[in-house]
Amino acid sequence: MRNDAEFTPGGEAHIARPDPHRATDDEWGKYLYFRQNRKGLQLERWFHAHGCRRWFNVARDSVTHEITAAYKMGDLPPADSA
Amino acid sequence: MSGQTFRLAFGGRIDRSKPLNFTFNGSAYQGYAGDTLASALLANGVRLVGRSFKYHRPRGVVTAGPEEPNALVRIGRGTRALPNLPATMVELYEGLEARSINCWPSVSFDCGAIIGLFARVLPAGFYYKTFMWPRGAWMWYEKFIRSAAGLGRTPKAPDPDRYEKRFDHCDVLVVGSGAAGIAAALAAGDAGARVLLVEERAEVGGQLTFGGGIIDGTAAGAWRRLARAKLAEMPEVRVLTRTTAVGYYDHNLVTLLERITDHLPPPPAGELRQRLWKVRARQVVVATGATERALVFANNDLPGVMLASAAHRYAAQYGVRCGLRAVVFANNDSAYAAALALADAGVEIAALIDLRAEPGTHAVRGLSVRGGQAVVTARGSRHVTAADIASLDPATGRITGKIETVACDLICVSGGWDPAVHLFSQSGGRLAYDEVQHCFVPGAPAQPTHVAGAANGAFMLADCVVQGCAAGIAAARAVGFDGPVPEVAARSLLRLHPMWEIPAAGSGKKFVDQQSDVTAADLALAAREGYVSVEHAKRYTTTGMGVDQGKIGNITAFGILGNATSRSVPEVGTTTFRPPYVPVTIGALAGRDIGALFEPVRKTPVTDWHAAHGAVFEPVGLWRRPQYYSRNGEDMHTAVARECLAVRNGVGLLDASTLGKIEIRGRDALKLLNMVYTNAWDSLAIGACRYGLMLREDGMVFDDGVTARLGEHHYQMTTTSGGADGVVNWLEEWLQCEWLGWRVYVTPVTANWATLAVTGPQARTLLQQLDCDIDFAPAAFPHMAIRTGMVAGASARIARVSFTGELSYEINVPARYGLALWELLMQEGAALGITPLGTEALHVLRAEKGFIVVGHDTDGTVTPHDLGMSWIVSKTKADFLGMRGLQRSDSARAGRKQLVGLLTADAQTVLVEGSQVIRPQDAPRIHTPPVPMIGHVTSSYMSPKLGHSIAMALIEDGRRRMNEDVAVVVHGRVVSARIVEPRFYDINGERLNG
Repeated sequence: MRNDAEFTPGGEAHIARPDPHRATDDEWGKYLYFRQNRKGLQLERWFHAHGCRRWFNVARDSVTHEITAAYKMGDLPPADSA
Repeated sequence: MSGQTFRLAFGGRIDRSKPLNFTFNGSAYQGYAGDTLASALLANGVRLVGRSFKYHRPRGVVTAGPEEPNALVRIGRGTRALPNLPATMVELYEGLEARSINCWPSVSFDCGAIIGLFARVLPAGFYYKTFMWPRGAWMWYEKFIRSAAGLGRTPKAPDPDRYEKRFDHCDVLVVGSGAAGIAAALAAGDAGARVLLVEERAEVGGQLTFGGGIIDGTAAGAWRRLARAKLAEMPEVRVLTRTTAVGYYDHNLVTLLERITDHLPPPPAGELRQRLWKVRARQVVVATGATERALVFANNDLPGVMLASAAHRYAAQYGVRCGLRAVVFANNDSAYAAALALADAGVEIAALIDLRAEPGTHAVRGLSVRGGQAVVTARGSRHVTAADIASLDPATGRITGKIETVACDLICVSGGWDPAVHLFSQSGGRLAYDEVQHCFVPGAPAQPTHVAGAANGAFMLADCVVQGCAAGIAAARAVGFDGPVPEVAARSLLRLHPMWEIPAAGSGKKFVDQQSDVTAADLALAAREGYVSVEHAKRYTTTGMGVDQGKIGNITAFGILGNATSRSVPEVGTTTFRPPYVPVTIGALAGRDIGALFEPVRKTPVTDWHAAHGAVFEPVGLWRRPQYYSRNGEDMHTAVARECLAVRNGVGLLDASTLGKIEIRGRDALKLLNMVYTNAWDSLAIGACRYGLMLREDGMVFDDGVTARLGEHHYQMTTTSGGADGVVNWLEEWLQCEWLGWRVYVTPVTANWATLAVTGPQARTLLQQLDCDIDFAPAAFPHMAIRTGMVAGASARIARVSFTGELSYEINVPARYGLALWELLMQEGAALGITPLGTEALHVLRAEKGFIVVGHDTDGTVTPHDLGMSWIVSKTKADFLGMRGLQRSDSARAGRKQLVGLLTADAQTVLVEGSQVIRPQDAPRIHTPPVPMIGHVTSSYMSPKLGHSIAMALIEDGRRRMNEDVAVVVHGRVVSARIVEPRFYDINGERLNG
């Protein structure tokens, strides 16, 4: 078990940056500010700030705080945690 | 000194051969080793120990544990004093000094008691009501209430003792070392698990230390000693005493407060006093016992009314009888054992009053037991002198027949038991209501948590041992150890007749929460006023909000609230159990992270030189930068003016080593720069520098700096001093999360380089004197160029960039050469009058030029266009961070605040940064708000070169208002100023290009 003070949360994962030339104000606003904030399983980005300084993804339950998967940036979430 | 007249001749776990002297409110007393302050005071017949919070009523010791509401004391003196400790948990030591809190001038003559006479004007929610009506009443009451209320006083000077934090891990953490906890630790330890057993008192054993009983055919006391010896032999079992589990967090993180020297005479300053443990346990066994509940009848707060279990403990553990003649008043069997123990200690039991129509079956050895009756009033002015007793109608619960007054000096009460579910509840576990024993018990756990013994609603000794053993084995098995699965028999139940409020036979307040002075009537009033939710009623009445968190009265409060709203206790529910379980010193929470260790201080190679030459430092992030250098006791104003003029007229030297520096290398370096800056970088030649602005994706400015191209795929980026870490993280985040596969590395190198800025018209002359292979001629080394070479034997990168508006060179040398180069420059520049300058002079000089400081002239809501810097935003690049954000309707709308300059009408008046800017026509009405504000001052200085105050401001539609007058409100006074271009000096930039 690692101390959580090593890590910095980076919010919801897999938010695609819209094409800035096509996105409407509404779409750009959703990209900037709107997050699912799900009760239960969430896919999140975390940064190992006081460690290897890598960003990575986790599947975390926002109620129990249980982490069910950790996977690399660019990878898709494991099938059972989508 | 009247002596220990209430001390028994023998018995108890105190050492009569070791007398200890102590003082309480300045009077001298004696107790024995093994006493608590409370037991020693009771032994000396001291029954009045404090005054109540709101009404200043006389109060005495009620409990023998951490749940104590009344006997709060300040221990020690001066900077080492600790306020608000329950006397019931303070171990006596030689020379202990204790004072009551919340009574002035003395506990027996208390001016605040007069408030009690006005109790009718202090109803529930008094503070909130004064906020609302009459208008302005709060302003009048506040002073009076603030001086009268409040618990204890904190020392004013720093605490000289040492505190520390420690991390730990174990297989099984057992909280509480009563019968259940010991059984759990033994079982888990036997199975081979790594066990940590914590006990808040000085000895393991809980009630086994005094309570009697038989376990597995052995007397409880002997069983405790055997178990303790067995635990000591187990290599994987550790026992911590004087340690309280105070918080239970996610992933089985439990915090423990260990009191190391609080039970001893104060050791030399600097010794370790307390330690905060952060324990990650794979499994937790909560064996925290139960707290006895008080009963609510008229004047139940008189000194001499105490919990039956507490009177029992004082007699059996401390050899103290709390009175000579007692009435025991209970609604369950548990007080019967207490009554017998008191009788054994020589206390005359005047009556055993049982609320239940059918009294208990417990052996009573000839005591007079009276069923279906209640104590309705405690009589006495400063102390119990009698109890009024009445029969209750079994059907209605109302008083029937005559009131009988029984003389006594002690009323022992037991309203049942509340499992100490605090930790379990903090862990996220659900509570269930036990309809037979009338208490909340643990339900389904949310974490790997086991609950055993009284904490689990098993109040009989044998059941505690069985449950503890089962929990210990279950915990050990859950982490992979083997152990025999015990059989768990059904536990016996405590038969209880709940009566949350005893009917009244006359006047007299009935206290539910003695520490917060909340009565049954207050709760009923709150319900009538619509505070039906238990959380609202708690805040409105303040019940359970004292430092004891209402441990002996909360469930009763929920019951009374339920009665007033026709709901059952489980329908009312409980308030949230929040950490900490008992108060924790700020010292323990801070640990070693105080003073110089509060946060790391970053030093440049030259910091010590600055300190030795009169520098006054200011914090910039973790750095301490010289703000100015005071020569011969100059004040800041004089020093800053001198430094500014030296730069404008001669040459200055600035330690710019804190400037953030990031090395960028790789084939995609240019692509990266083009994405993170607003301007285009394709045309930047090797050896050239360019200024850039960084935006967040919403289009707002977040950093700026100059980036130099050193090679084909090699750049050095600079950032603001405070933003360096944030920019590195920003670049890494985009490269790792969004732009995967880009071939570029970013490396923070801020501390690798010392950066010394030589600035002023004489800068070139000075550099040309140095032993250096770089050609400083203007044609060879123009403004915004970078050159590498050797300076005085050190390899250097020299950038000709300027933040002062004068001819400037930033010399970067490896950090280890920084101090030598600084001293060389000071020496070589002496004839030119070289002057070190601090950040304040730098700010004045850059403001004269209208250069922004991100975070000073911007605040996260400012775009490049707002700053008048549209020239730096590329219109041709396909994409950059913030590009789309700038086009959002709000970022692009008219009427946004824009950066402008301000010149005050009076040249010598310097505006205060942050001041509001208003229209001149609104100036006469600034004292009748609301007044529309059109902006605020972001930077403001006295310019020594111009002899005029200058300022920058963000003002709505500022550029359209050029040359208009505005009013600036400075400390309630209106100052006239005119909007001008935000450039005050060398507007065409001839000096820096020279």
